[in-house]
Amino acid sequence: MTHAHASRRASAPALRFLLQVLLIAALASLPWFAEKYYVQFVARIMIMGILAMSLDLLLGYTGLVSFGHAAFYGVAAYVLAMLTPAYQAAGFWTSFPIAVIGAATSALIIGFFVVRTHGIYFIMVTLAFAQMLFFLFHDTRLAGGNDGIYIDVRPDARILGWKPFNLERYDHVYLLVLVLFVLVWLFLRVLLRSRFGHVLAGIRVNEHRMRSLGFETFRYKLACFTIAGALAGIAGYLSAVQFGVVNPEFMGWHQSAAVMMMVILGGMGTLAGPVLGAAAWMLLELGFQSLPVAGSIDLGKHWQLWMGGFIVLTALLLPSGLLGAWSSLARQVSARRGAGPQTTANPMASAGKGRPLDRQP
Amino acid sequence: MNSASTRAVVVAPAGHSAPALETRSLTRRFGGLTAVNGVSIRVESGTVHAVIGPNGAGKSTLVNLLSGDLAPSHGEIILEGTDITRLGPPQRSLRGLGRSYQKTNVFLPLSVFENARLAAQSRAGSSLRFFRPVLREGAINRQADEAIEAAGLSARRDRIVATLSHGEQRQVEIAMALATAPRVLLLDEPLAGMGAEESSGIVRLLSRLRERHAILLVEHDMDAVFSLADTLTVMVNGTVLETGSPASIRASAAVQAAYLGSEDTHHD
Repeated sequence: MTHAHASRRASAPALRFLLQVLLIAALASLPWFAEKYYVQFVARIMIMGILAMSLDLLLGYTGLVSFGHAAFYGVAAYVLAMLTPAYQAAGFWTSFPIAVIGAATSALIIGFFVVRTHGIYFIMVTLAFAQMLFFLFHDTRLAGGNDGIYIDVRPDARILGWKPFNLERYDHVYLLVLVLFVLVWLFLRVLLRSRFGHVLAGIRVNEHRMRSLGFETFRYKLACFTIAGALAGIAGYLSAVQFGVVNPEFMGWHQSAAVMMMVILGGMGTLAGPVLGAAAWMLLELGFQSLPVAGSIDLGKHWQLWMGGFIVLTALLLPSGLLGAWSSLARQVSARRGAGPQTTANPMASAGKGRPLDRQP
Repeated sequence: MNSASTRAVVVAPAGHSAPALETRSLTRRFGGLTAVNGVSIRVESGTVHAVIGPNGAGKSTLVNLLSGDLAPSHGEIILEGTDITRLGPPQRSLRGLGRSYQKTNVFLPLSVFENARLAAQSRAGSSLRFFRPVLREGAINRQADEAIEAAGLSARRDRIVATLSHGEQRQVEIAMALATAPRVLLLDEPLAGMGAEESSGIVRLLSRLRERHAILLVEHDMDAVFSLADTLTVMVNGTVLETGSPASIRASAAVQAAYLGSEDTHHD
């Protein structure tokens, strides 16, 4: 290994850190030069990014395919809506923790039942519980029924008379979303390197063996489900703040499926993947919706058809998602430059890679 | 580590007299088939107790009953004087019962080190710890490295297990079992599919382990069995045919007829 090569490899984490800081700085400066529409659009991407990362903790890192993840997103949004009095503001510093705890508690209760099941049954019961919640809000007058419920005044962030930010301003909402997005990202990074994170990887790869090693996997899967629910709650609260209205669609299965698509589209088992997937999804949705009318067919109105086709193509052509395609491209480029083999000793290597090989006879 | 203590019942004083592992009339039926039928064995500390028998004799079912992977239809399992029949695999493991699997059952996409590290982590109390990076858990990492060294895998420490040879993957099985620091070790055909050189390394390792462990060994390699075992149990059709020293088993006419005489028909 040449000296130059060694030093280049050593500087890679520093370079990556620098790029991340620059990206955050660029995002933070967006409200100063972009129009309201774009600022709100990027905020939306980051909210979906939080939701997608929280689902990936289950899907990509632990191997729990939850088809009802939007339930917890919706619960937190409804908690804010129901805590907001008519024509007045709820307190941010009380409503935010209550909403997140509400989402975590519902995830704990639902998780207590669903985490016992495996495979296809897990997918079915998570969907079933989410649909129960959906119809609870859709068919009762509990919180506005299927019309949903308006948040007339956005939460008030005053602490002892001092108001650090004003959520009636779209740019302040954006910055709050950015701060929470970065915090969720950092939290998950730390979590995945801890004992707990490594147990999740073990469960994904071989739960049976984890049990025979002495791990009560139920406990860890339930904790994981609860944490993912809490993080989804952060996204739900922020969505409710941004939209100013909450309706049952927040927890509908369309929403659960959309997040799952974002995670798969971007690349499971990574943190950047789901965020990339959320951004790609939102941009594609926007692009397909603004397609023109061609003859007698309104192409934009049928955006879901084009989106479906795109998903099918991605699944066929890029099985490890956009991020996977990007990193294998980067590997090829660096291999062509004569760099050494990539180390694959990372125990958190994504689910797609390193599938169990066929056993020798 | 004592979370399961409320469910276990002490049935004998844990002292000199209690064997490390004991079964009493252990039975398991699968529909009409009785795979393990009234098996009573005693595995003493500091010994290797081998279980041999033709294919289908119920040896693997016995190991799965002992580890908790299967629930018995009848009978009791007593670990160091404590009835563990109703405990699940995690609690049995935490009580000092380690096992390896006949079919390699490891974390294939992870490194050798991470396989052993997870095993060692299981002994370090709760893993509901969310912030400290595992790389800084010195005690766990040392325990993992010691197990890797004992299993003869130091040169493969950072390799992904899926890229190792079959024999090396069997060694990973043993490294994982060792990293959990068990007092009683259940080894289900540890030499299956290994080359002669790899086998003799594992046999040497097992004879060293004997001093501090009770080992229940299921194995088809008769050379290994007779060189390691202090006690032999011969199983046929789910029942114990005979238990005794290697010399007495070798001399037994019943065993000759039922098993040893037909050895080469099912030898690998």
